[in-house]
Amino acid sequence: MTSRSFFLRNPSVLVFLAVLALFTLGVTVFSEAYGSGELSTSFVKTLGKTLCLALVAVAMDLVWGYTGILSLGHFAFFGLGGYMIGMWLMYERTRTIVVTSMADAPIPPTEQEIVDAIGTQIFGVVGSSEFPAVWAFADSLVLQLVLVVAVPGLLALVFGWLAFRSRVTGVYLSILTQAMTLALSLYLFQNDSGLRGNNGLSGLQNLPGLGDVPQSVVSVCLFWASALALALGYVLAAWIVSGKFGSVLRGIRDNEARVRFLGYSVEGYKLAIFTVTAMIAGIAGALYYPQAGIVNPAEIAPIASIYLAVWVAIGGRGRLYGAAIGAVFVSLVSTWFTGGQAPDIDLGFYTLSWVDWWTILLGLSFVGVTLFAPKGIGGLVDLITDRRAPQRHGAPLGPDVGSLREQEADE
Amino acid sequence: MSTLLEVSGVSVTFDGFRAINNLSFRIGPAEMRAIIGPNGAGKTTFMDIITGKTKPDTGRVLWGDKGISLLKMNEAQIAREGIGRKFQKPTVFEDQTVRENLMLALKNERGPFPVLVWRASRRDHDKVGALAEEIGLQDALARKAGELSHGQKQWLEIGMLLAQEPRLLLVDEPAAGMTPAEREHTTELLVNAATTRAVVVVEHDMEFIRRLNCRVTVLHEGAVLAEGSLDHVTANQEVIDVYLGR
Ligand SMILES: Nc1ncnc2c1ncn2[C@@H]1O[C@H](COP(=O)(O)OP(=O)(O)OP(=O)(O)O)[C@@H](O)[C@H]1O
Ligand SMILES: [Mg+2]
Repeated sequence: MTSRSFFLRNPSVLVFLAVLALFTLGVTVFSEAYGSGELSTSFVKTLGKTLCLALVAVAMDLVWGYTGILSLGHFAFFGLGGYMIGMWLMYERTRTIVVTSMADAPIPPTEQEIVDAIGTQIFGVVGSSEFPAVWAFADSLVLQLVLVVAVPGLLALVFGWLAFRSRVTGVYLSILTQAMTLALSLYLFQNDSGLRGNNGLSGLQNLPGLGDVPQSVVSVCLFWASALALALGYVLAAWIVSGKFGSVLRGIRDNEARVRFLGYSVEGYKLAIFTVTAMIAGIAGALYYPQAGIVNPAEIAPIASIYLAVWVAIGGRGRLYGAAIGAVFVSLVSTWFTGGQAPDIDLGFYTLSWVDWWTILLGLSFVGVTLFAPKGIGGLVDLITDRRAPQRHGAPLGPDVGSLREQEADE
Repeated sequence: MSTLLEVSGVSVTFDGFRAINNLSFRIGPAEMRAIIGPNGAGKTTFMDIITGKTKPDTGRVLWGDKGISLLKMNEAQIAREGIGRKFQKPTVFEDQTVRENLMLALKNERGPFPVLVWRASRRDHDKVGALAEEIGLQDALARKAGELSHGQKQWLEIGMLLAQEPRLLLVDEPAAGMTPAEREHTTELLVNAATTRAVVVVEHDMEFIRRLNCRVTVLHEGAVLAEGSLDHVTANQEVIDVYLGR
């Protein structure tokens, strides 16, 4: 297969890439660092983070929209990616500070003294100064980058192997993934988890070695990196689902027993897609948290993974651009509402404050989309391209069943 | 004559209810066999056992010249051994096109990695084209399977079965809900398939069975009640009592 025929057969990929490129160009042109400055640095960061959320939503769509596995664990993989890069960022930055401050000492510090000082700096908040074993590679950017994909990937592999092998499906699998997410976040909340408990890892916006570079420039560079990651992730996802592999995934979603009787090892396919998407989520998280500046266990809490499912549902599951649109749209609108920018509505007897009511509005929209527009925002594209849905004679759409469970979980 | 599949002394109990009771059955490599019997006789459960969906409590299921046991394999492994199955209720992938359905079934590597990099060759397209013609869906290749009529879905499923190039086809009520003309075509497909492989057909329609012109096994309460030509079994008093006479 040539790449030309891939893009010809999937014109939506080209459209997506073109829109993303235009958007990236637009943000650059209006940025403080390289353009006219209409977009503040913090807003560029928000947009960059949004692209990372779009990437994890694309991964979620592969798992849920295409394969029918309603995973409530993908935001945990996302958070783990953030922790992995965060360890290096924190270590390296603290080392720079420590080395500079010790440089004036009459006797040059030994290597061990430097490491001890870094440990005291980083772990002082949790009353410790020892480096836990999980920080063994924190001084190496390369190794921590490997861990960004390896840790989520390995966790997904082990968890998926146990769950899929015993043929746990549907709502039970969702509950199991949620339990995994909860356990992970509770573990990280502990001070002796080695990752600074509820303080999490902070100061991640300060990229080591780039101390002199202003945040306005850093924000645009991270935005570009996020856009590139989204572009590559999107093409990879589109390539995965474009051929027979995608056909098998959709078959598993709609009737997994039938796929088995055709001779495909359903468990193997589920495990493969679960693991690959966990790795994509890890990469998305590793780009997100340097822009957010802090990663803590609250980020991994099950509610985040539920939001992820909500974005994909509202955007339209089973089509990659739908997931991306859903994530971008809902997270930006959410920022607007919860940021206090939306005007409160004075009902006379009660003032409706969006900061409080936004979650309820989101929940209602989710229920509304699930019930009345199962194709989500992406379905609007069908109005233009006139994509015809098959007449299913009342047969349920595979993933619908899962979405109802999700709705229960949201309430 | 050599044996392709041998089922011996198999029993299955569901919550104390004996659905299959010490059942034995064998079929040769290129043979057509019809299975009839009243509702709840255990015909579908019998197919579930062979295809690995249901594990029997006792008995043996041996496959091929080497007589390997199917009981230790899962559904996918059994399917890869060369046993294809059509379900009582037509089950095709409604959200996918007829072509995608057939490509999915086409005999090829089944592992995730080979499938990921697989792209249809000329030969695959030709095979799918020939199959579509055989099942009368050559003009519907680009249509979603969900748009097909009930009879067409049944044929598509038979087409998917043939695409797997199995050595044994298990076909559960293929003619259900078909018009007489559609039934005739279905008969042709099955008789044709049985020239090169073993075919087991479960059906309630006696006219359909007669046209298959093959040996008939009568199941009742999970065991074989009679076996032989259609005329032979329909003359059997017990068969008349439990099945035909009703
Ligand atoms: N999974 C199961 N759990 C409990 N009972 C079952 C199960 N599967 C089948 N049975 C019972 O076993 C008996 C045999 O069922 P089976 O479906 O094999 O019959 P059949 O011969 O195919 O009938 P029909 O002609 O109606 O298709 C029935 O009484 C059925 O209720
Ligand atoms: Mg039956």
